[in-house]
Amino acid sequence: MASQTSTAGNRLRSILRVADLGRFGMIILLIIVLMGVVALVGAKENRVEVILASFLATLFSVATPLTLGALSGIYCERAGVVNIAIEGMMLGAAFFGFIASIYLKQAGLPDQMSLWLGVAAAVLTGALFALLHAVLSITFKVDQIISGTVINILAIGITGYLNRQLFFQGNVPHAPGVLPVIHIPFLADLPVFGKIFQQQPVAVAAVLLVAITHFVLFYTPWGLHTRAVGEHPKAADTVGINVYFVRYANVLIGGMIAGLGGAYFTLESVPSFEPLMTNGRGFISLAAMIFGNWSPFGAWAATLLFGAAQALQINLQYYSTSIPEGLDFLKKSQIVGMIPYILTMFALTGIVGRTTPPVADGQPYEK
Amino acid sequence: MTQSEKPSSESHSQSSLQNIWQAITRAVLVPVLAVFTALIINAIIIRVSGGDPILAYLGLWEGAFGSPKAISETLVWSTPYIFAGLSVALAFKGGLFNIGAEGQLSFGALISAWIGFALPKLLGTSLPWILHLPLALFGGIFAGALWGAIPGWLKARTGGHEVINTIMMNYIAVLLTSFLLNGPLKDPNPFNVIARTPEIAESARLTPLIEGFRVHWGIVIALLIAFAVWWFLWKTTLGFEIRTVGANPDAAKYAGISVSRIIVLTMSLAGGLAGMAGAIEVIALNHRQELGFSVGYGFDAIAIALLGRSHPFGVVLAAILFGAMRSGATRMQFLTQIPVDIISVVQALILLLVAAEEIVRFIYRIKAPKETVVLTRGWGG
Repeated sequence: MASQTSTAGNRLRSILRVADLGRFGMIILLIIVLMGVVALVGAKENRVEVILASFLATLFSVATPLTLGALSGIYCERAGVVNIAIEGMMLGAAFFGFIASIYLKQAGLPDQMSLWLGVAAAVLTGALFALLHAVLSITFKVDQIISGTVINILAIGITGYLNRQLFFQGNVPHAPGVLPVIHIPFLADLPVFGKIFQQQPVAVAAVLLVAITHFVLFYTPWGLHTRAVGEHPKAADTVGINVYFVRYANVLIGGMIAGLGGAYFTLESVPSFEPLMTNGRGFISLAAMIFGNWSPFGAWAATLLFGAAQALQINLQYYSTSIPEGLDFLKKSQIVGMIPYILTMFALTGIVGRTTPPVADGQPYEK
Repeated sequence: MTQSEKPSSESHSQSSLQNIWQAITRAVLVPVLAVFTALIINAIIIRVSGGDPILAYLGLWEGAFGSPKAISETLVWSTPYIFAGLSVALAFKGGLFNIGAEGQLSFGALISAWIGFALPKLLGTSLPWILHLPLALFGGIFAGALWGAIPGWLKARTGGHEVINTIMMNYIAVLLTSFLLNGPLKDPNPFNVIARTPEIAESARLTPLIEGFRVHWGIVIALLIAFAVWWFLWKTTLGFEIRTVGANPDAAKYAGISVSRIIVLTMSLAGGLAGMAGAIEVIALNHRQELGFSVGYGFDAIAIALLGRSHPFGVVLAAILFGAMRSGATRMQFLTQIPVDIISVVQALILLLVAAEEIVRFIYRIKAPKETVVLTRGWGG
């Protein structure tokens, strides 16, 4: 009996440690502050609960690629492979997912089906970029940060070139629109706040994947193997875990998740592609991963904070006529737009609790 | 990457000459083969996407070296590449990965332009060029250095990784530039609809090198600076300290080198070099700062530094190659209708093959050197 309570106590303690109360507290506080600013500014034009509901709905939507990017990073880095190529993977996936969807529509498929196959193409693109990253950094033992940079540059080059080659010579086919909104049963029917639970599929998948990733990493043999390979590959090797296989598989899983994040840009958010449209989200999600201490829920919380900063920018633009005198800088979208980037740098300072990466993160494994 | 040969036991002048020759071929062989292979893969990509690779490469060559004007354009493109490539290479030597050349460059250009057009108005008098020109140049250098020093300081002080922080500084620079060029620093000319500064005063301008061509004194300055960076890194104590911190920070610490000081210094110097690229673009070429003029220099600079194996002389050669491709791309697009963006694909392929030398070594069956040098470190480092 006594031993049972002590395990329960240990578990509670470990949950609290994972949760890292101080950090979560600060994240919640900052989100509340950002919400407060919007509520104060918009109060003249709308009811406060309506403003808050729409703020939160925007927040969950814009946080989606960040959440998926952070999860992608977690799979890779928990297995010991630094992945700064998330940005490029997302950009490539956004482009090829979009291309696939418009050409499938042109080939006569119904809109819905071309969109879903577009998502599949995006996931596949992510996986292909991830395969390149894996070959370079696991097999050829190229410096992992260099390999990631190569993929980022490659993605910018290929999408820029093909975008112009395909779309700037007339005959632009019509895009099949964006993915449909999912009404989450019961919650979506709530008055006012129901809006928060009316989200598109990639956004819903992102939240589900946070829970799934947590379960996979901490409650399955695969997760144990992954963490072992990321912490102490030699030891993992001696007990019969195939280090290269586990690393390859996790990098590929990470790439597929980043690819899903790419689908958000062109198949869920807007039905078009622009060069460089990921705009640093891949890098911000890496910072979120670090700030969340390489844990799915921690990283998710951090991405929600960045999402809140972005939602602030969108909302302030919407309510810009009500911004009071003397706070004119809030009208400047460029100034408010800096907030997520500055927050990222702030998060990395480790002022709010130091974080520790997996021990073998970034080191190629030599048998 | 370019660790020179350890002196062998025999020290006859002839064999040391041989050693030098061997070291040079060893250093140059893989990059040259990487460029060659990338051009072949790229030809296949052009062919598959419906173009004529031979015509494309002829156009590229013609546009890069086909006439005096083409050579002038190549050098104009190469000038900022040399500075920005040196910026990334210097940081690599100090064990730091400067992805922020883009932001440092554009912030440097912005401040340089501001000094160029606003200073005479602020003082209410025109300045002699001997004063105004250096002020504009050094203003840009200091601005770039500041933009680099911030991530350097954050790295030294808090361990925040420079890879992410320099990227964040890039985005902040873009937003800040956009804000200033659309607002306080916008050209007040009522006919102007573009987000750009007014033209800088005559007294802040660097003259063309040859009358009638766009090539300017910046290329000469760039070559001198490349030599200076080499001299600094290999012939001074501070340069030695930077290389030591880059090679092994723990050893550097035991040797009594202040690692944090060197990190901040390295990032400031790297930022200053990138800032100089921006400043010279403004004072010698564009004579103003315009929104979006610098897009892409930062990533190209990484490719240049890696292709040049982080050695100043290698950087110069790689920068001229990249400048030639940029300058030739327009002619290629005119002849073959292949978008200039294909150049980014070539560059990415070159970078890929240079980064993953093993692939090149595997294709051409070249033996690997014994020693390798760590370029960057993970989040913990």
